[in-house]
Amino acid sequence: MTPSTVTPRDTGTRSRSRRSTRPARTARYNRREALAGYLFISPWIVGFLVFTAGTMIYSLVISFSHYNLATNVIRPAGTSNYQELLENPKVATSLGNTLFYAVLAVPLEICFALLLAMLLNGVGRGAGFFRTVYYLPKMTPMVATASMFLLLLNGNTGAINQGLRSIGIDGPQWLVDPGWVKPSIVLMTLWGVSGTMVIFLAALKNVPRDLYEVASLDGAGPVRKFFSITLPMISGAMFFNVIILTIHAFQVFDQAYLLFWRDQNNAAPDASLFYAVYLFQEAFRQFNFGFAAAMAWLLFVILMILTFIQVRVGNRFVYYEGGR
Amino acid sequence: MATISRGTVPAPGPAAAVGPAEEPRETGPRRQSWTVRRVLLTIPLVGFAALFLYPLLWLVAASLKPASQVFDNSLVPETWRLDNYVQVWDELPLLHWIFNSVSIALLAAATVSIASSVVAFGFAYFRFPGRNILFGLVLGTMMLPGSVTMIPTYLIWKETGLLGTWVPLFGANLFGSAFYIFLQRQFYLGLPRELFEAARIDGSSYWQLFWRIAMPLSIPSFIIVFLFEFQAAWNNFQAALIYLNGESVEDFTAPLGIAYAMTKYSPTAGGQGDYQYVMVASLLVTLPMLLLFSVGQRYFVEGVATQGRKG
Repeated sequence: MTPSTVTPRDTGTRSRSRRSTRPARTARYNRREALAGYLFISPWIVGFLVFTAGTMIYSLVISFSHYNLATNVIRPAGTSNYQELLENPKVATSLGNTLFYAVLAVPLEICFALLLAMLLNGVGRGAGFFRTVYYLPKMTPMVATASMFLLLLNGNTGAINQGLRSIGIDGPQWLVDPGWVKPSIVLMTLWGVSGTMVIFLAALKNVPRDLYEVASLDGAGPVRKFFSITLPMISGAMFFNVIILTIHAFQVFDQAYLLFWRDQNNAAPDASLFYAVYLFQEAFRQFNFGFAAAMAWLLFVILMILTFIQVRVGNRFVYYEGGR
Repeated sequence: MATISRGTVPAPGPAAAVGPAEEPRETGPRRQSWTVRRVLLTIPLVGFAALFLYPLLWLVAASLKPASQVFDNSLVPETWRLDNYVQVWDELPLLHWIFNSVSIALLAAATVSIASSVVAFGFAYFRFPGRNILFGLVLGTMMLPGSVTMIPTYLIWKETGLLGTWVPLFGANLFGSAFYIFLQRQFYLGLPRELFEAARIDGSSYWQLFWRIAMPLSIPSFIIVFLFEFQAAWNNFQAALIYLNGESVEDFTAPLGIAYAMTKYSPTAGGQGDYQYVMVASLLVTLPMLLLFSVGQRYFVEGVATQGRKG
């Protein structure tokens, strides 16, 4: 503890740790080094305690109370906010919409991104140009994407329906017909799918080429190669993409808010009520902080369970190089 | 291009790093089938490129049309209205929005990249009890849905009296951010430890190890972090909606401003349907990002690819 004892032990441990490459579990820690380490990571520790652990506990406390923002009074509410989660039909509606959207969006994003990545990976020369073009939507701010698609998806005069009409298809009222609300948002999401694509592309490039050559010699066709080599070899990236896209899909907000909830003129208020949108409305329009916090915790628990299941299922299929 | 065989192609971009050139020269028929394959792959690639580009080209065209022609959906305006770009400055406080957005994005990117680098160096170089558990916590927070912490975070800023300032839009960045910490740590772990040990023997302090050795060497990944956060902050709509929506229109960020413009000109909300102004504004908000991409493409792509590798 006292500074005088630090110096000799300091040099001692350092020379020992230099001798052995074994990590620090058995070695005694150099106290000065450890202290410096804690100092370096202290910004994150403070941030974690305040903005992660602190806010989560705070959020849990608020969820068991009625919080009046105007008077700053917190009254205990027992479990009434959680009871309302069960009774309020809008919670079920928004959760159903979000689930529907996720089930529609995630597989389509995965398939589309993988298709693009495989095309890019296969073409070799010139792939860089196409990758750049495909990445541009990802660089477009979501508001700009939304304001564009608001007009492109217009049921009567929008470019998408005009295009469909030219090939003899009567396009739907994308932003008005409740049944087409989710496909509209999926379409926007697919336009910006290139982030997922780049992750797949990086994984595809790491698949050893000789595997394919050996498979060819054994007479495997392209389909067989895809399912027996490509898919297992990129399963790590697949796993990551599915988890991240699911988390994103459950929090879909910007697109839904910008296309439907900007003002009072929402043609499909039931179909476009996503969980994050309703949570936002309860929190920052109604200032119903207690109930909104309960909603946030429900979402957190749902995502935890989903991720847990995905990890369990994933561990069975994911191939890690060097067998992790 | 159809006549070039695989064996003679000199390193086509990053793809070549994996498929080295030591492949044997291919025989005639195989070379031919390979060319056919490339053509077959190029057709869908061109088709998808058209799909991805169309909305952006449409946006450029729409921004140059008079209001009555926005919906004719032609990619070449029938009547050119360069005037839109002059008018829009009177219609919307674009300069304010862009100034606000640039300032906030710079603050957010600078704070998070420096703080994350410091923390990452702590995790990469130093040995201390609980290091692996703490780093596991860092990775765990990456999975945390933002909406869970949204409400208490708002209350924190309210309690500190900082509502209505820019601080809530970047303040949490002062403490670093999980993905960026992960990214920088990966980079530092790749630096030879002898480098630091030698500097220690020469009497460098721990801070000098970071500031004089680790930081200068990690500029490439530092740029990735900076660009990523700049883009994220520039695009951030929800935070602006929460923290700035009650302020006057001049105080909006660009994304919030465009949402405001979407409503202002929407016929259903009492507007005149002057969508060309919204399109000009949308294009002006997008252009800085495209510019950033044109200079830093490899950083963006590399950063995204790294995300997949942590899984």
